[in-house]
Amino acid sequence: MMAKVSSKLAAKLKESEEFNAEACYHCGTCTALCPLGYKIVPRKLFREVMLGLEDRVKESIPEIYSCLLCRMCEEYCPAEVHIAENIRYLRKYINEEVFKLR
Amino acid sequence: MPLPIGPVLGILSDNLRKRGSVLPLTKSGATGWAKGLNIPRGGKTVLYTGLMYQLIPSIDALASQMALFEDSTITQFFGLGRFVNQFINLSFFMSLTASKEMKQENDLVLRNIAGMLRKAGVEFGYLYERELYSGALIYDGGMDESFAIHARRVFEVFRKNGVRCVITVDPHTTSILRDVYPKFVQNFDLEVKNYMEVLAEQDLPVMQEQNKELVIHDSCVYARYEGMIEQPRNLLKNAGVTAKEPELAGRSTYCCGGPIESLFPSKAHEIAANRVGQLSKMGENIVTMCPICQVNLRKAARGSCHISDISNTLANAYLPRTSSY
Repeated sequence: MMAKVSSKLAAKLKESEEFNAEACYHCGTCTALCPLGYKIVPRKLFREVMLGLEDRVKESIPEIYSCLLCRMCEEYCPAEVHIAENIRYLRKYINEEVFKLR
Repeated sequence: MPLPIGPVLGILSDNLRKRGSVLPLTKSGATGWAKGLNIPRGGKTVLYTGLMYQLIPSIDALASQMALFEDSTITQFFGLGRFVNQFINLSFFMSLTASKEMKQENDLVLRNIAGMLRKAGVEFGYLYERELYSGALIYDGGMDESFAIHARRVFEVFRKNGVRCVITVDPHTTSILRDVYPKFVQNFDLEVKNYMEVLAEQDLPVMQEQNKELVIHDSCVYARYEGMIEQPRNLLKNAGVTAKEPELAGRSTYCCGGPIESLFPSKAHEIAANRVGQLSKMGENIVTMCPICQVNLRKAARGSCHISDISNTLANAYLPRTSSY
């Protein structure tokens, strides 16, 4: 399956001091702990974001906005990824680029 | 069809920008709790409610409406709703069904907190109708531009009134002011303390020993964002309460589902029901520390257990029985 890479998404992420998904080494602790039990959030989602797969990220909009920001995942993350803040940053990006909200 | 995320967030953001609050709140709805308490207007230290307890009845009414709309065809008209809301405050009509009992109960929480602070010898004022909502919901939704404008407006109110220290009453307002405002507001230099942190520092004498067991539900924000775990436990212990800890407690606490109630009501209810199950295993009397946790867990519990704000228990212990609070 072909996937289009967005340079805009990658550039936006570089602007952020908070977004640190590159520290994730995909151990899956976060996915196991999430009260919502999503398989995509956050580690697979972060990989898609880092690769600039904007269309795939947009497919995960419901998961991005239903994150509780409860930081249960973050509490046990061995790589100290700012998971909740990263998710919130994605909301900011989608608000601006998709919903045209600021 | 799920609730449309963009238009719902847009309505909340528009309300904050145009009307100063995400949902409508009358002057008496915002400040009525303080009636008769003679709290001085303003001052260097103020009790800042952030309007959270006062807004909860409207938030709950809105969430109930949203739950009815979820998966219905009405969702396709939310874009139009957002347009109309610019001119006619639609959320006002939705909040007409807000519970009066809930309002009275939440007003009592604030009166009790003010009473305990006063009993502890803390000198504080209140900004009354000048007080503004903190903007926490808009920040969590990722609408940083709207949030930044609002945060500066809130800080300006504090600055103009000579406030140097704010005492907060709920986890969301505490965290937003303490951790987020400094990133969005230049020269933000207010001291931010939560009322339980303030009370825990005082040697508050116990008026009525509470010989009972209570199950503690930690707020995610207090526990994991603010690291505030010991203060509520110490206040309860000193009051004679035996705190029962669920398996997921303290820094490992489990969310009440509340943060997603306005966009994903069904999922929020599932999470809340899970949490009620975990808490109920430890006992049927549960204390919460956040108005959002309380309302969500109560809805999921459907009367199967007693859930109340921690301030009620603390007031029973630390305030005299004849207190007017």
